[in-house]
Amino acid sequence: MSTQEVSADVTLELITLTIDGFEVTVPKGTLVIRAAEKLGIQIPRFCDHPLLDPVGACRQCLVDIEINGRKFPKPQASCTIPVETGMVVNTQLTSNVAEKAQKGIMEFLLVNHPLDCPVCDKGGECPLQNQAMSNGNGESRFDGYKRTFEKPIKISAQVLLDRERCILCARCTRFSEEIAGDPFITLNDRGALQQVGIYEEKPFDSYFSGNTIQICPVGALTGASYRFRARPFDLVSTPSACEHCASGCDMRTDVRRGKTLRRLAGDDSQVNEEWNCDKGRWAFKYATANNRIKTPMIRGADGELHEASWPEALATAAAGLSVNRAAVLVGGRATVEDAYGYSKFARVALNTNDIDFRSRVHTDEERDFLTSAIVGVQVNYSAIDRADHLVLIGFEPEDESPIVFLRAYKQVRKRGLKVTTIAPFTTRGSKKLNAQVIKSAAGNESQLISKISGLTSKSVILVGERLCESYGALSAALKLAQTSGAKLAWIPRRAGERGAIEAGAIGTLLPGGRPVSDVAARVDIQSAWGVKSIPENIGRTTSEILVGLQSGDIDSLLVGGVDPLDISADALVGLEKAFVVSLEMRHSSITEIANVILPIAAVVEKSGSFLDWEGRARAFETAVDVPDLRSDVRILSMIAEKMGKPINLPTVAAAANEFASLGNWDGARAPFIAASGTAISGDTILASWRLLLDAGSLQDGEVNLANTAHPSVAVISTDRAEKLGVKSGDPVRVSNSRGEITLPCEIKDIESNSVWVPRNSHTSKTIATLGIASGASVSVVKA
Amino acid sequence: MSKLTPVLSANWDEKDSFTIAGYKRNGGYKAVEKALAMEPDAVIQSVKDSGLRGRGGAGFPTGMKWGFIPQGDNKEHYFVVNADESEPGTCKDTPLMMANPHVLIEGIIIGSYAIRANHAFIYIRGEVAHVIRRVQQAIEDAYKAGYLGKNILGKGFDLELILHVGAGAYICGEETALLDSLEGFRGQPRLRPPFPAIAGLYARPTIVNNVETVASVPSIIANGPEWFAAIGTEKSKGYTLYSLSGHVNNPGQFEAPLGITLRELLELAGGIRNGHKLKFWTPGGSSTPLFTDAHLDTPLDYEGVSAAGSMLGTKALQIFDETTCIVRAVLRWTEFYKHESCGKCTPCREGTWWLVQILKDLEHGKGTAEDLDKLLDLCDNIMGRSFCALADGAASPIISSIRYFKDEYLQHLAIGGCPFDSVASTIFATSPAGGAK
Repeated sequence: MSTQEVSADVTLELITLTIDGFEVTVPKGTLVIRAAEKLGIQIPRFCDHPLLDPVGACRQCLVDIEINGRKFPKPQASCTIPVETGMVVNTQLTSNVAEKAQKGIMEFLLVNHPLDCPVCDKGGECPLQNQAMSNGNGESRFDGYKRTFEKPIKISAQVLLDRERCILCARCTRFSEEIAGDPFITLNDRGALQQVGIYEEKPFDSYFSGNTIQICPVGALTGASYRFRARPFDLVSTPSACEHCASGCDMRTDVRRGKTLRRLAGDDSQVNEEWNCDKGRWAFKYATANNRIKTPMIRGADGELHEASWPEALATAAAGLSVNRAAVLVGGRATVEDAYGYSKFARVALNTNDIDFRSRVHTDEERDFLTSAIVGVQVNYSAIDRADHLVLIGFEPEDESPIVFLRAYKQVRKRGLKVTTIAPFTTRGSKKLNAQVIKSAAGNESQLISKISGLTSKSVILVGERLCESYGALSAALKLAQTSGAKLAWIPRRAGERGAIEAGAIGTLLPGGRPVSDVAARVDIQSAWGVKSIPENIGRTTSEILVGLQSGDIDSLLVGGVDPLDISADALVGLEKAFVVSLEMRHSSITEIANVILPIAAVVEKSGSFLDWEGRARAFETAVDVPDLRSDVRILSMIAEKMGKPINLPTVAAAANEFASLGNWDGARAPFIAASGTAISGDTILASWRLLLDAGSLQDGEVNLANTAHPSVAVISTDRAEKLGVKSGDPVRVSNSRGEITLPCEIKDIESNSVWVPRNSHTSKTIATLGIASGASVSVVKA
Repeated sequence: MSKLTPVLSANWDEKDSFTIAGYKRNGGYKAVEKALAMEPDAVIQSVKDSGLRGRGGAGFPTGMKWGFIPQGDNKEHYFVVNADESEPGTCKDTPLMMANPHVLIEGIIIGSYAIRANHAFIYIRGEVAHVIRRVQQAIEDAYKAGYLGKNILGKGFDLELILHVGAGAYICGEETALLDSLEGFRGQPRLRPPFPAIAGLYARPTIVNNVETVASVPSIIANGPEWFAAIGTEKSKGYTLYSLSGHVNNPGQFEAPLGITLRELLELAGGIRNGHKLKFWTPGGSSTPLFTDAHLDTPLDYEGVSAAGSMLGTKALQIFDETTCIVRAVLRWTEFYKHESCGKCTPCREGTWWLVQILKDLEHGKGTAEDLDKLLDLCDNIMGRSFCALADGAASPIISSIRYFKDEYLQHLAIGGCPFDSVASTIFATSPAGGAK
């Protein structure tokens, strides 16, 4: 597929060669081993990996080659030799020399490999085991002694290494260097005692470390969480998609007897290639956490929650939502189908446009930006592949959308893609991307965006979801894109946000990007849904809904998957007054005040799809079937029925089909009214974002993962450090009138008027503690 | 008349041969004056015309190699000298640098000028501390005398020469591993192409030459390529250093025309140690297939040795007399290769690990005749299957020793141990027949 994609852009020189008597034509530069694959000829290999640079280390793929009648004197590693016109290749299938060479190498590989397949995690899905069977001698002639090592050693909290199993193919070390840009593991020593190792002072704290386990062709690298838990042949695998962010990773969920044991990166050359981040790989235990809700609950007259039957709970919810003026808050983690359910439920069952998926800091400028410039627009990863200049604004890809980071890093490494970022300081990610950093205090981005020049129609601007916190910045970014012709994409953090926009889970939009304000758009939906009318007014935003709840304007609320503390420190206050129906997975501050709680299925327990930041659908199937746990849309359909205002979405498939049948709006978009930002001032302005690994509730229950989180630090400038009399590592206290956060400081190139802290780590929760996310004044003192 | 043609070693017997004064007294640094007055391409052409071939083992034509460096590419070029002499038996560069470091430096200046490099490096083996100090001093003296640094001899040519001390890995003698090591990485061979002439040190066009090769250049420039080409044989031109070691009465360096025979060299070296006779020998270090007394008259040039089934290599002639156990000698070499295998590729890393175990058993008379077939088969699976030539070198002595001395291997098995008195082969042997002198 990637070949086709490339060929659309440039004309490729094709080369015809002969492999095992068959002619094959491939693009110039193709390696012999891949050309053979095209013919269905499998040459055994270990170090070779299509996404890593050729290395030719394991020598397993030796074949006989002649070019224009001249034979190479020795068999050649087919993973390092590009095809040439007139090349004649004879693999193990047609050359005795190649076959003997391969069998010889296989025998050597097994010299120092233990025969512990029966207790090895890899047994059953092991390239060494498989290829030893297919391309090895039945028996080894080796009867000497093997090298032994202490086993296992911890490369990180998550990755364990059994050195005696390692065949030294260097896939893991090459991945870390070439793909992740985190060369924290390397080969040490030499000869048969060569081994993968870490530098003690620099642990393997890569967000992508789990991939090394997945590409290890033997059982040398294992995950601490999965080690010894299962044999591959006992697992049932289900294609899946990642729910943790908007990168859109294709995934695979492996289940043994109803229990999720591991998740692996799936193979999608257009999205995550074959990689994923450690959060996507390992954060799945939240679904089996102790506080999981499995039965419906109703708050009784005594003020306490009581377990209830489904009919009883549905009836109570329906009654509570029927008699009142209601609104809907749906968190950013809903699937497209669920978001569509909420969207339709609000309009049909509650007769309101008061719905918003943004359970986080948000602005009206952002809503208008999404409504006018993002909904229905597709910008793909391939745009990064072809970009002449990548501009990141309010977006730290390694933390906030890791695959975007990997794809950008690949281009930086392969062809020196120019990257510019507007950020408070030079992060590790910016360094790896060799980015030009335009330093900005949080809130002042709009002033700097207008100064970026030299963009072309091949340039790509990526704005982060949190850029909305900087007033006028989205407007400035949109203007930059419009004046330069550059592509503009918005990258939310949560997996469901893009889908929620398309599904109309926001007050300005109906499904398919139809503006609420457009009568034709409303008629479209009315007729599709078979309803007499759709409310005409623009719906309230999340914060307006909270105000409405507080003032009594709104008195009941349907809420799905929202953590009030992601919105603001005071969000709960309004909620307490209202009748709250909560569709939730686990107990939280919402369920503490909810009147009715309806349990829902986690991602592995249901089917559905997300739209990633590109707008690309990422469908997934049910991996673990739990009879009483349903996707939100199914429950919403049942409530609507009880209310006598059916939405007729009894299954996820029904919702998906109906949403697809609506199609996209092809009429005019709501015009965007630009907001212009003014420079904020102050001598200590807070900047923050969420680290990839932090206190997010979907990471609960996975202690090994948590142990590789980057440490929480307060980033301050040299000037400030001098003024405070602190050195790196000394504690500082960041505070305002609401509260204080104390963290070790790290001195970086941040501007003197800024301080950065993690937004939601275990020791630094800005919204809960300080009541702010970024762009506001705080004070910093030596603690 | 002596067959010796001392050029590099001509003044080694002078007390100050290693000093700049001693070197200049004997005509040193005249060639560089001549070279800097020539066009760089003319220098390359002279080296091409001389027929000089690499003295580090492979015998690649030096002038042709220099000609591979792209010109006018606006890139930095580097000239690197491989002084990581580490192979068992090979001991020519170390005494050369010890006794006459300035001839190397002069060669480096000429070579760097020819390929338009302004930075040159000597990558020297870490263990030879005394040589390192001497070369370092020579470089300092050359700087002081204006042969290195800015505007050399007022001709507008700049050259910085850096001495880099390796950490004692045999693999770093492989040119791409050397470059990795020089860049600060662990020395492991690189994938080729790209070859160093296109992307070598820091991915810039780079020449890597052996010490002796570079040291031969000043004489070519000074005396003309015809002079050099007149020495030696048709395809192997010039003089070279033959290093005789082991069971000979006068071991050492013998500088002679390419194509000389061992018989002639043994005469120069005072013959096999008294009372003994030649059993086997290496023509070019431990990685070249063994020869026996049947090869005494094989011309020791690139073609002659190759035709006889071995390689001229580094012309390190290790001489073993009849007191030496072939199994023991081969095992020692194999242990060396196992120890020095970098670990990058499977056949070398695992193969040498295995070979040592089999040979150890054989030395102690354990195993069966089939083990010899197994050894040969393993060598066949190693030879030409590995990433670089190190493993080929490991297999060579095994294959050739079984070819010539299979009976001796079998004898070990027959008596359940080694039939040799291991002391008899040593220099401190006390038997009437023993003792070198």
